[in-house]
Amino acid sequence: MIKAGSPPPGGYDEMFSAPGAAQPHYAAYWRWLEGVSMDTIERKRKEADLLFHRVGITFNVYGAEEGTERLIPFDSVPRIIPASEWGMLERGLLQRVQALNLFLRDIYHEQAIVRAGRIPARQVFANAHYQPCMQGIDLPNDVYAHIAGVDLIRNNDGDYYVLEDNLRTPSGVSYMIENRRMMMRLYPELFARHRVAPVDHYPALLHEMLEQSCHVTNPCVVLLTPGRYNSAYFEHAFLARQMGIELVEGADLFTRDGVVYMRTTAGPQRVDVIYRRIDDDFLDPLAFNPDSMLGVPGLLSAYREGNVVLANAIGTGVADDKSIYPYVPDMIRFYLDEEPILKNVPTWLCREPQDLSHVLAHLDELVVKEVHGAGGYGMLIGPASTREQIARFREQLLAAPENYIAQPTLSLSTCPVFVEEGIAPRHIDLRPFVLSGREVRLVPGGLTRVAMKEGSLVVNSSQGGGTKDTWVLEDAPC
Amino acid sequence: MLSRTASELYWMSRHLERAENTARMLDVAWNLSLIPFAATVDEEVAAPLKISGTWDRYISRYDTVQINNVMHFFSLDEENPGSIYNCIRSARENAHAVRGRITSEVWESINATWIELQSIRRYGLIAMGASAFMDWVKERSHLFRGAAYGTMIRNDAFRFLRVGTFIERADNTARILDVKHQIHTGVGNSAVEYYRWNALLRSVGAYEAYREIYTDRVTSEHIAEMLIFRAEVPRSLRSCVEMLAELLPSVEGEAGMDAKRLVAVQFARLQYGDISHVFEVGLHEYLTDFLRRINELADTIQSAYLELV
Repeated sequence: MIKAGSPPPGGYDEMFSAPGAAQPHYAAYWRWLEGVSMDTIERKRKEADLLFHRVGITFNVYGAEEGTERLIPFDSVPRIIPASEWGMLERGLLQRVQALNLFLRDIYHEQAIVRAGRIPARQVFANAHYQPCMQGIDLPNDVYAHIAGVDLIRNNDGDYYVLEDNLRTPSGVSYMIENRRMMMRLYPELFARHRVAPVDHYPALLHEMLEQSCHVTNPCVVLLTPGRYNSAYFEHAFLARQMGIELVEGADLFTRDGVVYMRTTAGPQRVDVIYRRIDDDFLDPLAFNPDSMLGVPGLLSAYREGNVVLANAIGTGVADDKSIYPYVPDMIRFYLDEEPILKNVPTWLCREPQDLSHVLAHLDELVVKEVHGAGGYGMLIGPASTREQIARFREQLLAAPENYIAQPTLSLSTCPVFVEEGIAPRHIDLRPFVLSGREVRLVPGGLTRVAMKEGSLVVNSSQGGGTKDTWVLEDAPC
Repeated sequence: MLSRTASELYWMSRHLERAENTARMLDVAWNLSLIPFAATVDEEVAAPLKISGTWDRYISRYDTVQINNVMHFFSLDEENPGSIYNCIRSARENAHAVRGRITSEVWESINATWIELQSIRRYGLIAMGASAFMDWVKERSHLFRGAAYGTMIRNDAFRFLRVGTFIERADNTARILDVKHQIHTGVGNSAVEYYRWNALLRSVGAYEAYREIYTDRVTSEHIAEMLIFRAEVPRSLRSCVEMLAELLPSVEGEAGMDAKRLVAVQFARLQYGDISHVFEVGLHEYLTDFLRRINELADTIQSAYLELV
């Protein structure tokens, strides 16, 4: 028998509205859970570990011993989203990704949004991820971010907020699919009680989108991986297998007369579309980082000639930067003439004098982030910092205000996870994957990441974060 | 298909086949070491070192040829590149590199083997028992082959995987026969000979086959004939080369003409050869020549299909 769970004080819980009281869309699940023994859950958890290990659903850890593969902790309490809520998210995501693609096309062509004064020129053109080599290049369907992973959180006001747009090589979609397979295998009875929208067709949609992304009929599509020691190698192999396309490394490809070929047992074969999981800087040693062994010499010039499609396009990083993020709602208004459906987290740009003085006055309440920082570096979390840390950060901030943005400290919603004593709330986020081909589409669901430690807000898998299955219910549970 | 993929698949199956053959060879040495023929045991125990050409490496690490050391050297020794442990590790790495190209069942059979092997290694060979370990290796090899045979589509990926198996197996059968024939000839003790030839047959899984084909007493001539020329014995040189002669011509493209020619010539030699001719030139000389040819074929396959051009 599972002890009744409860929401954390002052927080928003996905499952419980009050101690022991499940939200309506969780009612059927909670009825089921109350009848299950902890032993059963524990046995299934072990079975899941064994299966994940056997199948090799792992990620590689950098810095550790070569080839160290770890399991990502999997929690079997699903994160459930009712259909109506998903409908709103879906519309908001499609709108957002559409606007981001229009923005990318614009800044590499007419630059209307800059000329209209809606985004300062230096924010775009002085950005490290802006690629001048993309200027004036026309891409099929005008798509830049073919695959976008948008990180969403729910605040304690119950509303969703976009935390980050990932437009380069977002990872995690393989876990979305494998988590679902695992849940269906371990708890088939739950799927009889709920109408859970399927996510299994993601690879088919992805393949269709990649084929549509070039003008060749029956194009040769490949997935380019940095290789088996990359942290996301499992995902690369998984997607290539699911789509039935070749998983290639840089050394398998070469260019001749501006055309990309792969080396096969039957001689060179032309490649039309590359779903690349390598960052811009490593794509072509002739154009970018000359020391990189991961890429293909001559790839950029083949790309510029229109002889090969890259998904995602080169230079998409300029649009998923922290300094561009505050402008996304404005992009939606500018390009689509619509009001944004999804909220941004309020953001102060420290290079604006007004914003800066507000930030300096409220350092102990805010989160201050470096514009180009990632992975939690160069960050100040006001409420969790000492006076000395705040004082030191104040100096850095005053020295180079343009390097920083600030946001209010959000309280991520929680969802129960299985712990030894029963279930307990842990913070979560959500990453749905949006595909842009001739039209923009997504499967109902995404990857829910979980901070497995009590109170922690870190959901990152390299920091011990876990995942859980995400259910979009097609209608009310029976 | 990608040259690199073909190469990984080819080496994956070669490594697994080598692990299985090593287990078979060790099984014989182990069982013979339990039978008290004091004068000849040493040779039997040393045979795996001669067959695999690892004598020097072994002697530089261990002082004496002693069954427990030989067992460890070939099973779980990380320092021996040809140990079962290293073969399975290499095969798993090959499989990992192309896991997008093999079926999930093939991948899982190899990955599970690797996971189990690591725990076996933690507890040691003694804890598991030598015979149980050899049986386990053979079983895992059967499982891999079954998964590959039962789930992979019949394309070039499957062909290169099979080519690796038969190149390795032909090489192994020839080596086992060569070494065993040298140490078995002229023992003069019929009881000893009986056990040794039987053990050899068991090592290539052909004991029952011999009984069915020849029915009479086990002789070195019959064994040689069976393991070289018999089409119905799956580990014979002829069977292996016949499979290669079927597989290579069906690989797509023009790249491998030399390999296709070599395998056709070699197959004709086995198809029309006979054992009395083999003994005229000398079994050792015949097998040395065969090993040279099969390795030439392997090199040709390597440069025609598997190397990045």
